Amino acid sequence: METLRNKRKFGTAELLLTFSVLVLVVIVAVPVLLIIGTAFFEEGRLNLAAIAKVLGDPDTYMALWNSVKIATGTTIVSTAIGVFFAWLVARTDLPFKRTMKALFLVPFMLPSFIGALAWKILLSPRAGYISKLLMGMFGLEKCPIDIMSIGGIIMVESMYLFPFVFLQVAGALERMDPTLEESARISGARLMTITRKITLPLVMPSILAGALLVALYSLAHFGVPAILGAEKGIYNIPTKIYERIHSSGGSMAGIKVGTILSTILVVTAAIILKLQDVVLKKGQFQIIAGKSMRPTVLKLRGLKVPMLVVCIVYLAVTVVMPTVTIMLVGGLKTYGLPLALKNLSLDNYVQLFRMKLTTDAIWNSLWLSVSAAFVTMLAGTMISYVIVKMKVPGKFLLQFLGVLPFSLPGTVIALGCILTWSGRFGVNLYNSAWIIFVAYIARYMAFSIKSNSAALEQVSDSLEEASRACGATHFQTLKNIVLPLVRPGMISAFFLIFLPALRELTTSVLLYGPKSRTLGVAIYALNEDGETVMAAALATIALLIIFIGETTIRKVLNRLQRQE
Amino acid sequence: MAQLALKDVTKRFGDVVAVNRINLEVEKGECFSFLGPSGCGKTTTLRMIAGFEDLDEGELSVEGKVFSSSYTRYYLPPEDRDFGMVFQAFAVWPHLNVYRNVSFPLEIRKLPKREIHERVTRALSYTGLSSKEHVFPKQLSGGEQQRIALARAIAINPKVMLLDEPLSNLDPKLREEMRFEIKDLQRKFDLTIIFVTHDQSEAMALSDRMLVMRDGVVQQVDSPLGIYENPVNDFVFSFIGLSNFVPVDIRGGEAFAKGAASAGPLHAAPEGAEGERRLACRPSEIDLLPAGAAEGVKARIERMTYLGDMVDYLASIGEHRVRIQKPRRAGSLAAGTECRLRLNRARWFDA
Ligand SMILES: Nc1ncnc2c1ncn2[C@@H]1O[C@H](COP(=O)(O)OP(=O)(O)OP(=O)(O)O)[C@@H](O)[C@H]1O
Ligand SMILES: [Mg+2]
Repeated sequence: METLRNKRKFGTAELLLTFSVLVLVVIVAVPVLLIIGTAFFEEGRLNLAAIAKVLGDPDTYMALWNSVKIATGTTIVSTAIGVFFAWLVARTDLPFKRTMKALFLVPFMLPSFIGALAWKILLSPRAGYISKLLMGMFGLEKCPIDIMSIGGIIMVESMYLFPFVFLQVAGALERMDPTLEESARISGARLMTITRKITLPLVMPSILAGALLVALYSLAHFGVPAILGAEKGIYNIPTKIYERIHSSGGSMAGIKVGTILSTILVVTAAIILKLQDVVLKKGQFQIIAGKSMRPTVLKLRGLKVPMLVVCIVYLAVTVVMPTVTIMLVGGLKTYGLPLALKNLSLDNYVQLFRMKLTTDAIWNSLWLSVSAAFVTMLAGTMISYVIVKMKVPGKFLLQFLGVLPFSLPGTVIALGCILTWSGRFGVNLYNSAWIIFVAYIARYMAFSIKSNSAALEQVSDSLEEASRACGATHFQTLKNIVLPLVRPGMISAFFLIFLPALRELTTSVLLYGPKSRTLGVAIYALNEDGETVMAAALATIALLIIFIGETTIRKVLNRLQRQE
Repeated sequence: MAQLALKDVTKRFGDVVAVNRINLEVEKGECFSFLGPSGCGKTTTLRMIAGFEDLDEGELSVEGKVFSSSYTRYYLPPEDRDFGMVFQAFAVWPHLNVYRNVSFPLEIRKLPKREIHERVTRALSYTGLSSKEHVFPKQLSGGEQQRIALARAIAINPKVMLLDEPLSNLDPKLREEMRFEIKDLQRKFDLTIIFVTHDQSEAMALSDRMLVMRDGVVQQVDSPLGIYENPVNDFVFSFIGLSNFVPVDIRGGEAFAKGAASAGPLHAAPEGAEGERRLACRPSEIDLLPAGAAEGVKARIERMTYLGDMVDYLASIGEHRVRIQKPRRAGSLAAGTECRLRLNRARWFDA
C-alpha cells in the first residue's frame, strides 16, 4: 500500500525495511549460517563423515545424553514444584498469599551460577559445610548427598527455573472462570475428581508452556553444569562446546565440534518452540472469566500453618541459605574455615576493589549491559514496527529473521560471533569487549522484538492514519505519534535486556579476552582457579548490584506507570 | 411441604450485609425468580442455596431436610445436593464435547452406561442439540453453549434448578427464544426453578412467583401481575416497568402537582389523605386529551418519539416531567402542542 501510494521509490518505509533487514542479517543470520556452514561443509564440500565422527565420539555423545537427562529432570522437577506452589497460592486460603506470590519470583533474581556456587560450597562431597555437618553428625565416611552430580545439577537448576512454570500456572488458575469448577461440583464431583477431570486438563496448556520454557532454558544452560559438573567430568552441550574450544585454544578443530553441537542445540530449540506454539494455539481454552469473579479457594483448615511452613522453609533453603552462604564465605580469611565471626572480615572486599581484574569486570558488565540494552531496544523497536505495522513487500523475510533469535541459545550466539567477527569479513573484534557487545545484541534481540511488538499491537492503525490524514509525513507521524505511544514497550524492553545482561555468563565466557571479562566471567574464573572465597566475595557484590538494579528499576517503572 | 425453604437466611461480607434475613418457601414445580438491581444479593442467595457459601445466620431446607444451618453448623456439600445449576458465563467445559459435557454428572453418579446414554440423548433432544453430540463447545454459538449447560443441568433430574442470569450473555432475540424454551422444559420435567435476573421482563415472562430485593432485603414476594399491579413501595414500582413519579399537594380531596396547582388537579386523592405525597403512574395509564377538554391536567408535549408501534411522549406539567406511551394508530401530537392529561390510575407513596 505504502509503495503504491508513494510514487517516490525510496521513502521512510523502504529505509526502515532495508535497515531492519540489514541489522538482522548481520547480527543474526550471518552467524547462524556460518555455524551451519562450518558444521556441514569442509573446504566447500558437504562433509557428513566429520559430523558422524563427532557424534560417534563417546565424549560428545555423553554430553548430548547428559543434556537430555538434565533437561528432562529439570523440567519434571520444576514443573512439579511450580504447579504445586501455583496451586497453593492461587487456589487455597494460604495466609499471606500476595507476599508469598512475590517471594516465589525471587529465585528469578538470583543468577543460577551463583546459586550453584553456593550449593557447591554447602554440599560438595568432602568440603561442603552441610556435608561436613552431616558426616560429623552420623559418623559417615562420605556425604549422603552429592551435589556435584547429574541429580545435583537438576536440583539446583530446578530451584531457579521453577518460576517459569509457577508464573504461567498461577496466572491460568487465577484467571480461570471459577464457575467451570463450580458446575462440576454441583454436578456431584468431589475435589479430587474435579482436579483430575476439569482443572488439570484446563490448565494443562499453561503447564506445558511453562515446562517447555524450562526445557529450552535448561538445554542451553551453561552456568550450573559448568560449576557443578565440569570438575567431575559431567558435561552438557554448552559446557562441552566451551571445553572443546578452550582446550583447543580456539583452534578450528574445537570450533568445528562446537558448530556441530550448536546445530543440534538450535534444531532442538526450534522444535521446542514449535511445540510450544502448537500447544498454545491448539490447547488454549477460553477459560478466562467474563465478569471479575473470585476463584473458589480450598479451605486448608488444619493444613494452613503446615503449608505456610512448607513455603517458608522452601524459600529459606533455596533463596536465603545460598545467599547468606555466599556472603559469609565472601568474608572468610581462607576457604574451609568454620563460618564463625572471628574468621570473618571485610578484607576480601577491600582487596577485590584493589584488583584490576574485578574492577574491570564490574565496569565491563555495566557499560556492556547498558549500551547493548539501549541499542537492542532501538533496533527492536524499528524491526517490530516494520513487522507489525508496515505493509511492504519483502516483509515475510523480516518476520522469519525476527523470530530466529528466539531459538538461539547463548552458546550458539557466541560461537556464531566468533566465526563472524574474527576478521573473516574484515572486522576483527576477537578478544575485545565489542564482540560481547554484538553478541548481546543478537542474544537479546528476541526480548526487544517481543516487548515492542506487544506495545505496537496495542496502537491502533487509525491513530497513525489520522496523523497522515492531517498532512503529517510518515517520518513526522513516527516521531510524534508512534514513538510516544510505544515508549512503555521500549522502556520495558530496555530493562528486560539490561538485567539479564548484567549477570550474563553463557555467552561472554566464550568471548572474553584478557581485558574484557564480565562480572559473570570473573566470578566463574575465580572459582575455576580455586579462589572460592574471592569468587564468593565478588558474587556478593554482583548480588548487591543486581538487587539495587531490580529495586530501583521496579520503582522507576511503577512511577512511570502511575504517570501514564 | 415446601420443596425449598429459607428461614432467616443472612450473609455478611465484612461490613456489607449482602443478604439480610430472607424468609421464603418455594413449591415443587414452581418457577421462582429473584429480581433486583446489581449488587442486591441475588447471586449470593443463590450460592447459599447451592451450598457454595456458608450462612451467617438462618437455615435452609429441601423437602423438609436441612441442607444448611448456621445453628448446627451443618452444611451438605454442593456435590451432594442433587441440584442443577446454570451460570451466566455458560461454564461448559471446553475440553469435553457436547455429549461428554452432559454425561459428566451422570458418570459421576456411576449410572449404568445404557441409562446414561438414554438420559443424555433425551436431554440433548429436548434442548435441540441432538445433531451436535460430538462437537466441542468452542465451535458453538453462545445460545448453543447455554443449551449445553441447560441439558447438563436437567439430565440429572435435579431436585431444584438454579439459574444465575443464564440469558444475559445472549443477544436480545435469542434471549427471548430461550425464555420460552426454559419455560417449556420446566413444564415438561416439572422442574422447580430458581431464576436470578435483573431483567424485569424476563422475570415476568418466566415466573410463577417472584421476589424483588434491594440491598439484601426482600421488598415483595408475589406473582408477576401482583407485583406489577400492587407494588408495596416506590422502589418496586419503579423497578418493574416504566414509571412516573410526581410530588403532589393534597387539598380538598384532590391532588395537585407541586408548584403547578394552576394546571388543575391530577387525580382524586385517596380517602382522608392530606398534605404532601408522591403520585405514581405508568406511561400507559395516561390518556392524552385536547387542550380544550373539560377534564384532566394542563400539560405541554415536550418531545415525541416513535418506538415502532408505540409513540413515546415526554410531557411537562409545570416543572414536572411525565412519560406517556400510546399506540400509534391513535394518532400523534407534535412537540410543542398544549394538551390535557387524564391519569386513569394512581398509586400513592409517601413524599
Ligand atoms: N465473596 C465476596 N466477598 C466480598 N463481598 C462480596 C462477595 N460476594 C458478594 N459480595 C458483595 O455482596 C453484595 C451482593 O453481591 P451479589 O453478587 O449477590 O449481587 P447480585 O445481586 O448477584 O448482583 P449482579 O446483578 O451484579 O450479579 C455486593 O455488594 C457484593 O460486592
Ligand atoms: Mg449476580
